Amino acid sequence: MGKHVLLIEDEPNIIEAIRFILSREGWRVDTHSDGTTAYDRVTAVRPDIVILDVMLPGRSGFDILRDIRADTGLNGLPVLMLTAKGQVKDREMAERMGASRFMAKPFSNTEVLASVRELTGA
Amino acid sequence: MPRSALTGTRIRERRTVLGMRQADLARRAGISPSYLNLIEHNRRRIGGRLLVELARHLGVEASALTEGAGAALIETLREAAAGQEGRAAEIDRIEEFAGRFPGWAVLLAARYRRVRELERTVEMLTDRMTHDPFLSASLHEVISAVTAIRSTAAILAETEDIDPDWQRRFHRNLSDDSRRLAEGAQALVAYLDEGAEDPGAQSSPQEEVEAFLRARDYHLPELERPQAPDPAELLAGAAELTSAPARELALAFLGRYRRDAERMPLDVFARAVRDEGLDPGRLATRFGVDPAAAFRRLATLPPGLAAGPVGLVVCDGSGTLTFRKPVEGFVLPRFGAACPLWPLYQALARPMAPLRAVVEPAGPMPPRFLTYALCQPALAGGFEGPQVLEASMLILPEETVVIPDGPVQPIGTSCRICPRRDCVARREPSILAGGL
Repeated sequence: MGKHVLLIEDEPNIIEAIRFILSREGWRVDTHSDGTTAYDRVTAVRPDIVILDVMLPGRSGFDILRDIRADTGLNGLPVLMLTAKGQVKDREMAERMGASRFMAKPFSNTEVLASVRELTGA
Repeated sequence: MPRSALTGTRIRERRTVLGMRQADLARRAGISPSYLNLIEHNRRRIGGRLLVELARHLGVEASALTEGAGAALIETLREAAAGQEGRAAEIDRIEEFAGRFPGWAVLLAARYRRVRELERTVEMLTDRMTHDPFLSASLHEVISAVTAIRSTAAILAETEDIDPDWQRRFHRNLSDDSRRLAEGAQALVAYLDEGAEDPGAQSSPQEEVEAFLRARDYHLPELERPQAPDPAELLAGAAELTSAPARELALAFLGRYRRDAERMPLDVFARAVRDEGLDPGRLATRFGVDPAAAFRRLATLPPGLAAGPVGLVVCDGSGTLTFRKPVEGFVLPRFGAACPLWPLYQALARPMAPLRAVVEPAGPMPPRFLTYALCQPALAGGFEGPQVLEASMLILPEETVVIPDGPVQPIGTSCRICPRRDCVARREPSILAGGL
């Protein structure tokens, strides 16, 4: 049985592409598009890794990351952050807040797949 | 001995000739001796009513204290010297320099003014790139479309045995995203083209309304008449208002203007201003209106009724500026949040508490401004509804009123373009490397 990814992203075609490349490699992919309820979904689904977009409707990815890192029940959960803003300050903020990795859009499929494997040890 | 080109120096010379003590002249003009001392040493700009008052007590015409092409030139040279880092210029020999090398002095002043203009343009463009919501949203849209296209195209190119259903779906996605990318790119190019022609072009409904009011000097004689027309009639044919949201905002502003004009008719209000001065508290009491209405009325007087320009800013409970009427020397940010030290925001934190404060913006030889600020609930939802706050700040320059003595609050425009290095209220680093 493959590992489990929760993809939190609001762009339907990006969701579709990431879902395809991960599913093809045997990953189970759940998706969620609303920032307001994203943290609740993480706690309910308990994935092996979260791929988290920064700009989400309702709540920013940074806020969701803060909640994840404050939750001792989610200790060690790898979070791969995606953002359309590739600025240094966003990368630094992501690292400061405990993101496992930060990836600027547009990314390559190979990079995403390699990062997910590396972060989960799969 | 050559006659001094500086107004402050001339005031000091004339007072000395008359044998008048500095304290006596200050008392007669209604200012403190320390403030007069700053003026006489050319460390404060002077103009408007105070200049006329000092000239009267010195027994000369105001023009005798300011005449001469050299005054403006020397003031500009002093500003240039004040902003210079490293080796200091010989400020005490500016007049001698301008007298001996007038051509070089004019050239230096012109270069300094040009540098200041370019600095302002850089500040404005940086402010725009950082905070412009349209630009930010458009770039996000374009990058999202590019990401989806890149990822989908790679799947189609690299997956040999792709299921026909997936293939069809990805082709459709590619088509949708490429159309979205084209539209986003076109919108961006159109927007940047417009901005390249005029970096000050309007980019929001609020800016359209401000352009409409600026073109009319913030005064609308049509709404001052007893039988004022429907504000909607004034908007017909207003070239500055190109969008429906801008027209809606303008309509709300004009409706409020008309109500203010009905409660404070112009001729009666002008007489009250002559009696009370530009004191919005006294004016509000006299007309039985709230002080914010008196602020608005003062800011929309026709030119000539006040001694000088009157500025006004209004913000909502989030601190977003909803109205801006600038005055020279008090720069208002076009996008994003303003300086948290503005009395406007101090008032926002203390609803219904009136504030009066003297403020000094950052910069070489900064002017001072007398400000009045007040925050009031709009009661849009009644007592049961959520509290909706609106704060206003009246901005009166030195040429419009006599600035009272007392504490002075240093302020900026917004952190991003503020050179004050050690400000306790700083929320982000400044793009200006050199501090004060």
